[in-house]
Amino acid sequence: MPETATEKTYRLHLMVCAGTGCVSNHAFEIKTALEEEIRKHKLEREVTIVPTGCNGFCERGPIMVVQPGNIFYQHLSVKDVPHLVEEHFLKGRPVAKLMYVPPAEKTPVPVLGDIPFFKKQVLVALRNRGLIDPEKIEESIARDGYKALAKALTGMTPEAIIAEVSRSGLRGRGGAGFPTGLKWQLVRSAVSPNGGGRYIVCNGDEGDPGAFMDRSILEADPHSVIEGMVIGAKAIGATAGFVYVRNEYPLAVARLGVALEQARAYGLLGTDILGTGFDFDIQIKRGAGAFVCGEETALIASIEGRLGEPRPRPPYPAQSGLWGKPTCINNVETWANVPLIIDRGSAWFAGIGTATSKGTKVFSLVGKINNTGLVEVPMGISLREIIYEIGGGIPAGKAFKAVQTGGPSGGCIPKEQIDLPIDYESLAAAGSMMGSGGMVVMDEDTCMVDVARYFLSFTRDESCGKCTPCREGTKAMLDILTRITEGKGVPEDIVLLEDLARAVKDTALCGLGKTAPNPVLTTLRYFRDEYEAHIERRKCPAHVCRQLNVYTIDPDLCLAKGKGCDVCRRNCASEAIRGEKGQAHAVLQDKCIKCGVCADVCAFGAVRVE
Amino acid sequence: MPKLTIDELAKMRDRTRRTMIPREGGEFRAKVNVHMGTCGIAAGARTVMTALIEEVERRGLTDVLLTSSGCAGLCSREPMMTVETAGKPPVKYVNLDAAKAREILERHVLGGSIVQAYALGVGSEKTDA
Repeated sequence: MPETATEKTYRLHLMVCAGTGCVSNHAFEIKTALEEEIRKHKLEREVTIVPTGCNGFCERGPIMVVQPGNIFYQHLSVKDVPHLVEEHFLKGRPVAKLMYVPPAEKTPVPVLGDIPFFKKQVLVALRNRGLIDPEKIEESIARDGYKALAKALTGMTPEAIIAEVSRSGLRGRGGAGFPTGLKWQLVRSAVSPNGGGRYIVCNGDEGDPGAFMDRSILEADPHSVIEGMVIGAKAIGATAGFVYVRNEYPLAVARLGVALEQARAYGLLGTDILGTGFDFDIQIKRGAGAFVCGEETALIASIEGRLGEPRPRPPYPAQSGLWGKPTCINNVETWANVPLIIDRGSAWFAGIGTATSKGTKVFSLVGKINNTGLVEVPMGISLREIIYEIGGGIPAGKAFKAVQTGGPSGGCIPKEQIDLPIDYESLAAAGSMMGSGGMVVMDEDTCMVDVARYFLSFTRDESCGKCTPCREGTKAMLDILTRITEGKGVPEDIVLLEDLARAVKDTALCGLGKTAPNPVLTTLRYFRDEYEAHIERRKCPAHVCRQLNVYTIDPDLCLAKGKGCDVCRRNCASEAIRGEKGQAHAVLQDKCIKCGVCADVCAFGAVRVE
Repeated sequence: MPKLTIDELAKMRDRTRRTMIPREGGEFRAKVNVHMGTCGIAAGARTVMTALIEEVERRGLTDVLLTSSGCAGLCSREPMMTVETAGKPPVKYVNLDAAKAREILERHVLGGSIVQAYALGVGSEKTDA
């Protein structure tokens, strides 16, 4: 007899994506509708609904994958449910109109594995993506969850665990890429002052704009992180651990909480883990969402209940971390990789990737890209493969211009370097960084000066203000960038910006300040002509900086196509448009405040922006 | 939930894994398709399907795929099902009930010999020209 509900056999498994993206698109309402229809057709004994973590293809949400068969349904809505249940789940006829159709094609691609977005991905950290209900520990266990833990606790010494992780070549996935095995070794060999233990911390304070890697892992497979942490605890000799996760990730916090409770109940966490006599427990520490708290010393201060501000290093947390004890801090994705390295061995892991960057990396692919979503790719893959093959290229036939990796700490990589392989060294050489995995794609309509201004406004706001270079430097750089985008830049600004950027990079106290100038430095390096156009010619080549635009109306188009519709004049708040209905209109340049509303409202393309 | 030993962890893994096999896209030794058109359901196809699911669960089978399809056009002989085993032509069974379905599962799907008494014939209608 089955002991729990999860041990029943069903002929169909409906894997409903319940990541934050699909949930905000009503995935739970769809799930409820499915339950009702399934009951109506008396299929409860035949069909089961499994809410999973993020499927990855967020652009197409809400998503459901039907197993067996791996049939991918997209853009679902509650009204699709009755037809879908009757046709596919009762009568066995998959519904073509809910399937993925590649852009510019007509034939649907029914099977997930045949969709280009999924083809090139290699799942390690996301190995259970779409296959388990994250709130059922049994399903995680069925997919080899806690198998590596059993091996580590019974068959391996702490030294052997560290050696295995070192040999795998795993490096920190939070951005800096420090070798994980070496970090563990440093913490293990550090002498704790006044005796006492060591601590393990999982850094889930993901704060880059447009990044959702850590959130998705915690939502989809919290047990992979917990298991990694327990193995780490055994390796370094820790008795307590913390997961620092922002409170603005409610679903991740909730699922992690459920996972911790279940792991404790099964004796996979707490005292005498798996009957081996090893004790270790984990607490959730919710952060208030300050970007600086992703910096390890600020994070430690926050866990201790102090103001989230960084302090100078050394001493590094490996020597003196939480409450002065040796502390091992790794990112969510790093921890999620650990169980597979122990289970399958370091050689298997080191077989993926490049000479210096092993394994895979999870990226959130956002911005001007057709296939927005969460992707996991082997290290060494080129930007071109990610953007064009997985990402499906740039929407609306626009030209690719640059990609920003590493968020506000990273830099913009121009289209000339699209064949750059993704590894720690290549990205650093290009002036950017791996970062935690944000990847923002930009097209020809993006102004690179404006991009630098946006990221500096972010770091200026998030600077904790403790050290002068960061507090004053980010503000000074932002002022100059704002001035340039408003058409008030002077030729000396470029040199001044470069000097300031280098000074802040060299002198700021923590990683936030040290990396904040990267967007400025990389845009100056690759897009200096855009800065010069703003300053010398008072022009924004992408027409984003509206104060530099000149708006005019093509009288022939206005009359021929729009018949002098008068919409622009009625919407102009500064009465800067002359003309009457039925006549060609014109912009009065001396009155125009360059708000751009006329161009936005003209349905005939008669407003020219130059 | 009791605390697990390493042995129990492995057992739980195997037990739960069995039920998750349909998600993993592996090889199946046989595919059993129950015809679930309106005619089939009215004639009792659902009891046939339920019997098969319970039997698969009871025996802990991980490589038998249960699917459904619409009306096959022979409404007077419903409930019907089609059994396909690897490398063999499909066999259609007619006028089924729960007991017959269990017998076919045991003798044909697992045992490899066609149950002639319930079989309509070997082969299937063509789906392509």
